[in-house]
Amino acid sequence: MNCKLSALACASVLATCTALMPQLAQAHGYAGQRFFPATIVTDDPFVSDELSLPTISTVRAPNDDGVPTRQTVISIDYTKRITSRFGLGFGESYLINDPERGANAYGYDNLALSAKYLAYVSAPHETLLSVGVDADIGGTGVARVGAEGFSVITPSVFFGKGLGDLPHSMGWLRAFAVTGVVGVELPTRAAVAGSGEGLPHVLDAGVAIEYSIPYLQQSVRDIGLGAPFDRLIPLVEIATATPLDRGQSGQLTGTVNPGILWIGQRMQIGIEANIPINSRTGGDVGVTAQLHWFLDDIFPDSFGKPLFS
Amino acid sequence: MKTWRARWLAALALWLALLAPVPSAYAHAFLMHAQPAVGSTMTHPPSVLLLRFSEEVEPTFCRVELTGPDGEIKLDAPQHPAGDPKDLQLALPPLQPGHYQVHWRAVSVDTHVTQGSFGFTLTHPL
Repeated sequence: MNCKLSALACASVLATCTALMPQLAQAHGYAGQRFFPATIVTDDPFVSDELSLPTISTVRAPNDDGVPTRQTVISIDYTKRITSRFGLGFGESYLINDPERGANAYGYDNLALSAKYLAYVSAPHETLLSVGVDADIGGTGVARVGAEGFSVITPSVFFGKGLGDLPHSMGWLRAFAVTGVVGVELPTRAAVAGSGEGLPHVLDAGVAIEYSIPYLQQSVRDIGLGAPFDRLIPLVEIATATPLDRGQSGQLTGTVNPGILWIGQRMQIGIEANIPINSRTGGDVGVTAQLHWFLDDIFPDSFGKPLFS
Repeated sequence: MKTWRARWLAALALWLALLAPVPSAYAHAFLMHAQPAVGSTMTHPPSVLLLRFSEEVEPTFCRVELTGPDGEIKLDAPQHPAGDPKDLQLALPPLQPGHYQVHWRAVSVDTHVTQGSFGFTLTHPL
């Protein structure tokens, strides 16, 4: 009798644990068997406990006075899940402007705050859809490096789609995935104080096209690649900003960013070239590199889990 | 200039110090290799299905399903072969020629869940 009761109790515990497991631990960047990496230039379509420390970018471009200037940005971004689908984040950047003539200028940019909600996940179709809002808080940075005195609010829609649901006859194409974001920058002022220069609403659009070697080898065909090549995700990100009004309508700027990510167990490393898409954006190619940490894997029992499950 | 460099280096050093005591086994379990291999074609029927993950997995909570030309094939629960905690092994019944699809769901020892599927094809011996 006792044996039967013990067996029943064990079975109940196992069944309960099994039922709870997916809710406890499904985490960053997954839709079914698709792992979406954290992209560097465009924001992710998912919510997770993650830390980008550091992101470093550098490019040579003219400053406001037309003097060629080496602009380097060192950033930190942190996102914390409040629930399994809702997260809050902040970001801060340190800017170093090193002109060919004149003194260097350096200091912090405005503080960025964000909120994001993962609205839709389809495991069989490897699809994610999120909505979110970013706020660059005016006056929290240093004006001499270009931090504005006004705030900019950017509501955005994010998406991610893996092609793993293509017919199996299209084998190798199934390792592709696309993520993207569309948002509108809403400045809290209509014009720059003093100069009267218009501050337009700006349409931000970004897309990342990724080819996942891990997905290829886990789900399509094991081509025998070993470490470190079995964890690589080559990708191209395209990011554009298009002013919509206030005298600057249609003056598109943007970059095409080919690069590569290496996905580890607790972190990823990425590097991309930043190629301007037109002369308005700039004439030189920049570089961005990033260390990105999966906090849900590093601290699964503390910092890395949602505050409310 | 020296001040900001010192601050950033201090932040990075602090972060790395926080990471030092974290066990390396905490992470999602990626499928590293399988036998039969993912997407392979073979002429002799395999007697076992072996899944090798990047992390230790808990077989009690893992699930492996196999479907073939005649539908789902009943399998025993996955086990660790020879005590290797990163591997799952299942005995296979005699398989007929055709295309087979493996669906797996793995729970790593820190309870992270991953899942996936892959196919392999068994042809008639030449």
